Amino acid sequence: MDNVFPPALILIIGALLIPFLKGHIKSAYMILLPIVAFLAILNIPPGNYQMFSFLGQDMSLRFDSLSLVFAYVFVIIACIANIYALHVKGDRERVAACIYPGAALGAVFAGDLITLFIFWEMMTFAALFIIWSNKTAGARAAGMRYLLMHLFGGLCLLTGIIMTVHNTGTATFGYIGLDAGLASWLILIGFAVNAVVLPFHAWLPDAYPEASITGAIFLTAFTTKTAVYVLARTFPGAEVLMFAGVAMALFGVCYAIIENNIRRLLSYHIVSQVGFMVAAVGVGVPLAINGLAAHAFAHVLYKGLLFMAIGAVLYRVGTAKASELGGLYRTMPLTALFCIIGAASISGIPFLSGFVSKSMTLAAAGQEGIMFVWLLLTLASVGTLLSVGFKVPYFTFFAKDSGKRPPEAPLNMLIAMGLAAFLCVFIGIYPAALYNILPYGAIFAPYTIASVTIKFLFAAGVLLAFIFLLRTNFYPAKLLAVNLDVDWFYRKLGLGFLKLLGVPLAWLNNLGSRFLLEIMPKVLIWFGKNPSAMLKVAYLTVRSPFSSSPGKFQKEAQDIKAVYPNYVFQPWSIGFTMAFITIFLVLYLIIYYTL
Amino acid sequence: MKKEFDFFDRPKVQKALSGIFVGAFLGLLVLNFFFPKKAYFVWDAWPAFYALFGIIGCVLLVIIAKGIRYIVKKKEDYYG
Repeated sequence: MDNVFPPALILIIGALLIPFLKGHIKSAYMILLPIVAFLAILNIPPGNYQMFSFLGQDMSLRFDSLSLVFAYVFVIIACIANIYALHVKGDRERVAACIYPGAALGAVFAGDLITLFIFWEMMTFAALFIIWSNKTAGARAAGMRYLLMHLFGGLCLLTGIIMTVHNTGTATFGYIGLDAGLASWLILIGFAVNAVVLPFHAWLPDAYPEASITGAIFLTAFTTKTAVYVLARTFPGAEVLMFAGVAMALFGVCYAIIENNIRRLLSYHIVSQVGFMVAAVGVGVPLAINGLAAHAFAHVLYKGLLFMAIGAVLYRVGTAKASELGGLYRTMPLTALFCIIGAASISGIPFLSGFVSKSMTLAAAGQEGIMFVWLLLTLASVGTLLSVGFKVPYFTFFAKDSGKRPPEAPLNMLIAMGLAAFLCVFIGIYPAALYNILPYGAIFAPYTIASVTIKFLFAAGVLLAFIFLLRTNFYPAKLLAVNLDVDWFYRKLGLGFLKLLGVPLAWLNNLGSRFLLEIMPKVLIWFGKNPSAMLKVAYLTVRSPFSSSPGKFQKEAQDIKAVYPNYVFQPWSIGFTMAFITIFLVLYLIIYYTL
Repeated sequence: MKKEFDFFDRPKVQKALSGIFVGAFLGLLVLNFFFPKKAYFVWDAWPAFYALFGIIGCVLLVIIAKGIRYIVKKKEDYYG
C-alpha cells in the first residue's frame, strides 16, 4: 500500500516552529495546526500502512473507524483548547500542548506495539511539561509524582511488549486478552496506569488541578482516552475490567461529592467517567465498544468545557474552591451558561451529548443482562448528577452569594467555551453525526418518549433529593480540607519508610566512616612508632594475670607506656646484631637452595 | 449605576422555578406511567422506578461519601 505522512508528525514537527513565531501569526498558527492535521486525517483512506522496519519489526499505522473516532475528537479539542489558551505567552506550555495531542494521535494510529510505546512515552513527557509549565511548587512536586507513576506504568508496558515480541515473534497491536500470562498482565497494568484504574489512579486528581487553567484542558483530553482506546483494542471482554470500571465509576463520584476544590472534583470525576468506559471494555459487545467510543468523544468535549468554565472562574477570581465561590452568575452569565451546558451534558440530560453517548454503555450492560454493572453504573450516574451536574454550577454560580463580582471571561475563552458547548448541543440533537463515525455504525436509537421521560424523571429525582439534602444541611458541607487518597502511600508512608530506614542506616554509615577513616589510621600510626615496645606491653598485659606477682608486670607496662615511643626494647651490641643477621642469611640460603 | 443582573435571586423567579419543577415532575410521572420503557430486568420498567432510584441513590451516595470523608479528611496543609 502507499505510504502516508503520519498526521501525528504534523503536530509534533509543527510544534517545533512555535518558538520562532510572534504575535498574531503565532496565534493563527496554533489554531490552524490541529485543523491541518484534521484535514490530513480526513484525506487518508482507512487501512494499514507499513512505514519502515525497526529492530526487525515493521512499524505501521492503522486507520480504522475505532482509531478515527478518537483522532477526530483529539484534533477538535486541541483546536478549541488552543483558542482558549490564546492569551498564554510562555512558549514552553504552547510547544508541549502541541506535541501532546500529536503524540496522542500517534498512539491511536499506531499499528504495532513498538510505535504505540514510543508515542505513549512521548505523551507522558509532553503532559509532564504541561504540568511543570505552571511554575508553582505544587505543580513541580505533583509533576514529579506524575512522572514516577507513569514511569512505573511505562516500564510495565515495555516489559510486557518485549515478552510478547519474544514469545510470539511479532509486535502486532491487536487483541491480546489475558490468556498469555504474565506478558499480557504487564501490558494491562501499563495501560491501567494511564486509564486511572484503581489503585493506579491517584496521579490524576493529584496532578491535573495543579496544572495551569489552559494546561488542564489538554491534560483532561488525551492520556486517559488513549488508554481507553488501547484497552478496547487489546482487552475487549476481559471480565476483570468490568469490575475495575464499576469500582472506578463509584469511587470517582464519591470523592467528587466531598471534594472542595472544583478542579480536583472534576478530576475525580474523570476517574468516574473513564470507569464507565473501562466497564464498557469489560462488557465488550459491539454496542459497548460503540458506547465507549461515543462516550470518550462526548466526554472530551464536555469535560473540556467544564474545565474551561472553572478555569475562567479561577482566572478571574483567583480561586476554584467551592467554599470561596458562589453567586458568580451575576457578572459571569455566559460562563455560567456554558458551565451548565457542560454539567447537563455530563449528567446525560436528553438533547445533549452525554445522553446519546452514555446511555449506550448502560443499554449494552442491560441487554447483556449483567445486572450489577447496570445497577452500579446507574448509581454512578446519580453521583454524576449530584457531584457535577448540580453541585458544580450551583456552588460556583448560584448558592450563597460570595460577594465577588468578577468580570466576564475574556473573549477568546468565551469563543472556545461556546464552540465546545455548541458541539455538546449539536451531538445531542443530531446524534447521527456521532453515530455514523462509530466502529459498528449507528446501531442504537437513543430517543424514544420512554427513554427521554425516564432520564428527566431520574434527574428530577436526584434534584429533589439534592435540594432536600441541602435544606436539611445533610449534604457534605463545603470544607477547606484535603481528602486522603492512594497517593498518601507514596507521599506520607513512603517518606516515613525512608526516614525509618534512614536513621539506622545513617548511624551505621557514621560508625563505619569513623572507624575506617579516623580511629584505625590513628591506632596504626601510633602502633607503627615503636612496634616492639607495643608488643612488649601487650605481652606484659596478657602475662600479668597468670603471674604470682601481677603488680610487677603491670608496673613495667606502665613504665613503657610513660616513655612511649622513646622506649628502647633491648640495647644490643653491633657484634650480636651482626651474628643474628648472619644466622638469618644462612637460614634463608638453605631454604632457597633446598626447596 | 447600572442595575445588577440578579434574575435568579428574585423571590418571584425562585417561586416560579419551584412551581415549574414540581409541575414538570408530576407531568413526567404521568408520562412515565403511559409510556413504560422496555425492561432489561422486569423491575426497571416499573412506573416511577427511575425517580425513586434517583432519590434513594442520591441519599445512599451522600451517606457513603460522608463515611469516606470521615475517614480521609485532613487539614488543608496536611501535605505541607
